[in-house]
Amino acid sequence: MTTAPERDLRTDVTPLAPGAPRSGTTFLGLPTAPRGVGHLRGDQSFPEAARTALRDGQLRANLGHATSTIRRKRANVVGEVPDWEQLRQAGKAVKTATMARLDEHLVELERQVTARGGVVHWARDADEANAIVTRLVQATGADEVVKVKSMATQEIGLNEALEDAGITAHETDLAELIVQLGDDKPSHILVPAIHKNRAEIREIFLRTMQGVDPELTDEPRRLAMAARKHLRERFLRARVAISGANFAVAETGTLAVVESEGNGRMCLTLPQTLITVMGIEKLVPTWRDLEVFLQLLPRSSTGERMNPYTSMWTGVTPGDGPQEFHLVLLDNGRTAVLADEVGREALHCIRCSACLNVCPVYERTGGHAYGSVYPGPIGAVLSPQLTGVEDNASLPYASSLCGACYDACPVAIDIPSILVHLRAEHVEAQEKVTPEAAAFRVLAKAMSNPRLWHLTQRVAGLGRFLARGKPTMPAALPPPVSGWTRSRDLPAPPKQTFTQAWAREHGGRR
Amino acid sequence: MTGAREEVLGRIRTALGERRPDVAIPRDYRATDDRPAATLLDVLVDRLEDYKASVLRCGPDEVGPTVAAALDTGLGAGWEAASVVVAPGVPAGWRPDGATEDDGRPAVELAAFSATLTGIAVAIAETGTLVLDGGPLSGRRAISLLPDCLVCVVEAAQVVGGVPEALPRLDPNAPLTMVSGPSATSDIELQRVEGVHGPRTLVVVLVG
Repeated sequence: MTTAPERDLRTDVTPLAPGAPRSGTTFLGLPTAPRGVGHLRGDQSFPEAARTALRDGQLRANLGHATSTIRRKRANVVGEVPDWEQLRQAGKAVKTATMARLDEHLVELERQVTARGGVVHWARDADEANAIVTRLVQATGADEVVKVKSMATQEIGLNEALEDAGITAHETDLAELIVQLGDDKPSHILVPAIHKNRAEIREIFLRTMQGVDPELTDEPRRLAMAARKHLRERFLRARVAISGANFAVAETGTLAVVESEGNGRMCLTLPQTLITVMGIEKLVPTWRDLEVFLQLLPRSSTGERMNPYTSMWTGVTPGDGPQEFHLVLLDNGRTAVLADEVGREALHCIRCSACLNVCPVYERTGGHAYGSVYPGPIGAVLSPQLTGVEDNASLPYASSLCGACYDACPVAIDIPSILVHLRAEHVEAQEKVTPEAAAFRVLAKAMSNPRLWHLTQRVAGLGRFLARGKPTMPAALPPPVSGWTRSRDLPAPPKQTFTQAWAREHGGRR
Repeated sequence: MTGAREEVLGRIRTALGERRPDVAIPRDYRATDDRPAATLLDVLVDRLEDYKASVLRCGPDEVGPTVAAALDTGLGAGWEAASVVVAPGVPAGWRPDGATEDDGRPAVELAAFSATLTGIAVAIAETGTLVLDGGPLSGRRAISLLPDCLVCVVEAAQVVGGVPEALPRLDPNAPLTMVSGPSATSDIELQRVEGVHGPRTLVVVLVG
């Protein structure tokens, strides 16, 4: 794993100076997600948080077990699809086409949803979205809501905003419930409680669930049944539900939620009022486009041919389901991402989490180290773009650039290239010369002059004495070199350089 | 909120600029499944059973008794017909005598029934998926959700190979539910456990 150069990294938990802007802007003047609200910025840099996580043996064991299980399942069901690569390329193209005319598709979606009895709201950022949802819930007179797992509402910190307004939000996805009851933070896009094993989950349930059977065992089936019992009555009395959306179809106004447990169906079907918060990038242009994503998503996320339940609805259906439907379209930095021709591909993400499960960095640090609700490789390219790269400057370095994420991505997002692009953006944003930059400047000078370069190589060759015959240099070199060697192997210089070997074998011939 | 709408749309136009390339979508993935119909039925059964649904097969004349057998499978012998709620469009010949037809009562009251009987709109063999479309045969969404046992009758002509063949048969504006096996979760150590909030038992009667 490579790490960012050691230096103070800006975070959003420090109070803002009076008059300081609440969010940064991109070169086109488009605002990024505001500070002080939501969960896109951690209170530590990635290397700091990762060091803490790596010391937690239980966490590493839980993650290793869970990610290897899901990798095996995914490989099996992807392997049985002969046209997987064609589907991937179609998915990528559909998303590229969506982004190229995003404004037109959104206007069409709004038209279709409105024509079917829904109400569409637009939110520039997290604060505005939270205010809209709070106002809508208050208008119903309800003081509690049931929630379907949703990345967008986690991103904007909706639960906290509702709580401030005296509204209780009940998470109903099993893993979200575990996180909420444990007063914890999500660490995975699909399975927010992936960092907890069955024994820890049992302990949380025994401690926090009223009326839970004290004889509860840690058998997953028993734990799931305890959650069913805990939530059943809440579903039946709920008047308002809040969901996200996996897809919205512009030409038909159809919204789709993909889930497993049936908690989504409960929320989308039983309450009188449904409020859906959706990032503006989640739509697809046509109904037919879903034939691609409904094949790609389940196999990539839970490793199933199809997830147990997918719900689709358009506006309001008389006599079936909620009779009041609100759709909140959220920007919160997405248009700033769209302005970057390289980085905008991160908006293609369908939140399957396959890239997390194959990432050697994620598998060892877990999701909390990334500081954002979007962890793993996709988080490392999405979070810094949503917040502005300087607010998440260590994330583009939270990768070995091995490329496993690119291979696993069902819509072929070239995550490694975006990581490199963002690293360059971060380096260019530096006003002061960092030791790393100074070192590379000297190196560039040496490499552009043959005489200097050969001299440098001869001097570097002396490093072999420090290596004492080992293939790598010792980690305990003095600063500032230690900043590099502490987390990277520095190979010992060879006895002979390539040019020396060439000269020996070929004489003076070029 | 007009201000926010215009501002977000304006930001998108700024971000994209004038150049809006047309993007061709390569659709060279499988659009149809050319295997014989009988093979597709076998694939459907295999997939359903793989996800812990039970399947009973019968001819067109045996649907009624097979539904009764399906309820035996899901509820155990001795179930009461009145505790079975039936979608309004389900043919009389499929229904157990004395079953309760959905009368549009408040959705939460449906939780009192022990089982549900519906038809479906489309079945997808490759993924083991049944699609309910909110029509008279499928019933409104709540009836296939709240009772703990769901019995679905699938007719052979409703079975297609893959997802691309299913979507054109559906109305995008209908309240659609795709059901693939009983409710399940993978949230504890990513192991699949069947049965959470939705019906914990799914029994499919495959006709033909």
